[in-house]
Amino acid sequence: MTPLDAPDLSDLLTLPPYGLAAAEKLACLGRILDELTHFHRAHCPAYRRMLEVLGGGAPDESGLAAIPFLPVRLFKDMELLSVERDQVVKTLTSSGTSGQAVSRIFLDRATAALQSKVLARLMGDLLGQQRHPMLVIDTPSVLKDRAAFSARGAGILGFSLFGRDVTYALDDTMQLDLPRIEAFLEKHREAPTLFVFGFTFMVWRHLVQPLAALGRRLPLERGVLLHGGGWKKLADAAVAPAAFRSALADHCGLQRVVDYYGMVEQTGSIYLACERGHLHAPIFSDILIRDPRDFAVLPAGRSGLIEVLSVLPQSYPGHALLTEDLGTLLGEDDCLCGRLGRYFSVERRAPRAEPRGCSDTYAAPA
Amino acid sequence: MTARETYTNIFIESFGVEAGALNESFVYQCVPSWDSVGHMSMIAALEDAFDIALEVDDIVDFSSFTKGIEILAKYGVTV
Repeated sequence: MTPLDAPDLSDLLTLPPYGLAAAEKLACLGRILDELTHFHRAHCPAYRRMLEVLGGGAPDESGLAAIPFLPVRLFKDMELLSVERDQVVKTLTSSGTSGQAVSRIFLDRATAALQSKVLARLMGDLLGQQRHPMLVIDTPSVLKDRAAFSARGAGILGFSLFGRDVTYALDDTMQLDLPRIEAFLEKHREAPTLFVFGFTFMVWRHLVQPLAALGRRLPLERGVLLHGGGWKKLADAAVAPAAFRSALADHCGLQRVVDYYGMVEQTGSIYLACERGHLHAPIFSDILIRDPRDFAVLPAGRSGLIEVLSVLPQSYPGHALLTEDLGTLLGEDDCLCGRLGRYFSVERRAPRAEPRGCSDTYAAPA
Repeated sequence: MTARETYTNIFIESFGVEAGALNESFVYQCVPSWDSVGHMSMIAALEDAFDIALEVDDIVDFSSFTKGIEILAKYGVTV
């Protein structure tokens, strides 16, 4: 490979998404991530200048820790891309509320297609190869402004690839549309699995709470609920993950509730929770936990800032990003669920960070 | 209506274009209406019309008017 080519991921896409043990994964991922550093250095002048200032990473680190990382908020302050502007087919933006800065992520056709393909590998592991009838716990108006929909809209659209007969559970005023949900359930009464998707806070505020207030129960026993976008607002509302799960079981009969961690800056490489509630890094990405004081890599069991590494960012230099989220590495290759790779948990957001993220950006009326 | 007419009409209705524009150079994002939202509603319309369920990879690879014809053939639909 020359620095002019982005790395080829076709081999990686044929492997089981949680099938590489530590040494093999490091060899494979490390090589691709190194290639991406060279590629972005050659194609993104601003990234090259930053590496020159940083001196090319810490010399005493090895493996994934030696790959130079950027703070995720840099994408709010700068437009960083490694392709010509006329190659950009999609621009993703993070939260756009109340004058806060937004991240701008530039995708070319190849990167956008890779994101979908990798997400398809991960979702296949969760839902099988078939697309199931899909209920979105959100309003269709989130996609109305097609020229500039939010991270929330982009997330819904990205996941709707894995559903069919995509039906929105809320109306334009964010009220639960029970007649529409009942018609959906009736239409698909034979379907063995229903795919339910929503952002964590929206599920709580606009599905669980209204059902509780109405004293209603929805028969979603066949559902697999995938939710993400952070616990911050729920933590503020004093809702613990266990209470969230038991409320969903009570009001919707939902037994399979799967949390995910992901961000618009690395769309496609999400971290899905296993049956034990641990978030897992697939073969396409990995995480490191760094000490917020000196950015040293922390061992398992110590809380710190989460760095995310992903093979997907080809059109922008976002393959190694230090987030503002706090997390803890729980282990590697030895989760009782059987998946290989690192697994971790995410805690509340780092205190000095401004609120951001997908569902967090929706301001619910009090 | 022939399968080709159904296929063509779905493109015309989904993307608001003339039949004459539909050829091998009619590709994803060549018109503003064929964005990711338009793509998913076009796929849904095709699935309804031909009573098929596309696999995820085929939805991702459905990148042009011509490529779509190739993909539908995998599902026994000859356009």
